[in-house]
Parts: sequence; structure tokens; C-alpha cells
Amino acid sequence: MTVAELIKLIDAKDMTPEADKSVEVSCGYTCDLLSWVMAHGTAGMAWVTVQTHMNVIAVASLMEMAAVIIPEDIEMEAPSLEKAQSEGINVLQTPLTAYEICARLAAAGLPGKNREV
Amino acid sequence: MAYILEKSFPVEAGAYTTAGEASTTIKRTLKQLGISAEVLRHVSVACYEVELNLVIHSLGGTLTLLVDPEKVTLISKDVGPGIPDIDMAMTEGFSTASAEARTLGFGAGMGLPNMKRNATEFDIQSEVGVGTTITMSFALAS
Repeated sequence: MTVAELIKLIDAKDMTPEADKSVEVSCGYTCDLLSWVMAHGTAGMAWVTVQTHMNVIAVASLMEMAAVIIPEDIEMEAPSLEKAQSEGINVLQTPLTAYEICARLAAAGLPGKNREV
Repeated sequence: MAYILEKSFPVEAGAYTTAGEASTTIKRTLKQLGISAEVLRHVSVACYEVELNLVIHSLGGTLTLLVDPEKVTLISKDVGPGIPDIDMAMTEGFSTASAEARTLGFGAGMGLPNMKRNATEFDIQSEVGVGTTITMSFALAS
């Protein structure tokens, strides 16, 4: 699944038009504890979080994630979005809850992360 | 030993908004050197964790990147306050992070164990009232 397909799947708004939408999504994940994500994140991940500060982008960029998904139409701060654009990180905003996002990702066949990683 | 690269980055205490900048620069620099994706990932994770530790816990410090033909080395050196019990600090789940840090999603007590897990060699030296030095190396050949 590409980020472009992911956007349609979860009725998302593309908050970073300059980031590449042809990137492949490898798996889905949800967690709001950044320290935890640093320990368990993987490349190509679509990460659902309610956190919207700059460090979210730093984590997503360092882990080479495919996209950050912000649920329930939560607004990400402007400086975070600017950083995301410059780092080429996709940020998607959707009215769905984290639970609904994950349900749709799973129904579309996107796996959870590989536990051996 | 002659280093291919030697670079230092000052890290300010409490500077949450700029946290990760040194790690991003270090990752970019190593990528340009042609370091493998796997090593790059280990260095990036450990580097970000140690940079955040400087921001969250220290009174300020410096992150130094050294590259030689065999390995990448990261040295984090701060000016205090020092860690009273290193064994406790190394325990997964133990954290002394502030409420501010926790609000941002940090302070899960994963930082030091995560650094150790990602580095080939990990060393921590600390003295209360003096400071903490963390040295991590990452082998370039598996």
C-alpha cells in the first residue's frame, strides 16, 4: 500500500503536500509514548499518534517512517508541519479515531510490525 | 587512530523544540559517507535517545561523532547533575523525567536500555555533581 492509497483508505487530509505519496507503507502502529516508539518503530511504518509536537517528526524521520497519522481531526502545530515538509515526512489528518484507523488498516491487509525487528 | 570524521554538537538543557537536530544532522552526515542502512538505523536511534537525555536530564552537554574505518563512535558528555544509581537508571521502565517531558511522550524509562541495545559497545560513567559521559560504538562490518 502506498501513502496515496492510505490517504483514501482513512479519509485523510494530506497535511504535507510536498512529501512523496508513492512511498510504500510496510506496517501499521499506534502509540503516544515517543520513547516507546523509538524502541519499537520500524522503517515504512504508518504511525498513529495524538502527539503533534516537533519531536514526533524527529522520531518519524529518524526511523524512516512512511507516514504519521493524526486521529480525530487533531491539528498538528505549524512548526511541526513545516519540519515534516522539509524532512519529507507525510503527515495525514483524519476524523477517524485511532481505533477506527487501525481497523481499516488491518481490514485492508496491512500487518502490524514484525515482532522480530 | 586517524578519524575520517570528527564533529561536535552542543546540546542545550530543556530545549525540547530543537531536540533531534543534532541526531538528524549526524544521520545525514553518515548517510553521505555511505554507511549501511542497518548501522545507520542503530546509530540514529541511540543518538536520538542520548540527545534527548541531554535535553531532559542534563544541565547541558556535547554530543561528539567520531568515524574511523572500523566503527562509528558517539560520545555524550554533560556538565551534570550526574546519576546517583546507574544500575537503577539502566533498568527498563525506571525514569526520573519531569512532568513536562512526560507530557511530550518521553520518560518511559526506555532511553538508556535502548541505547545499549542498539550499540555494539556501550559505556556509562557518572559522578554526582560532576556529570555523565556515555560512549557508544557501532561496528561498521557485521
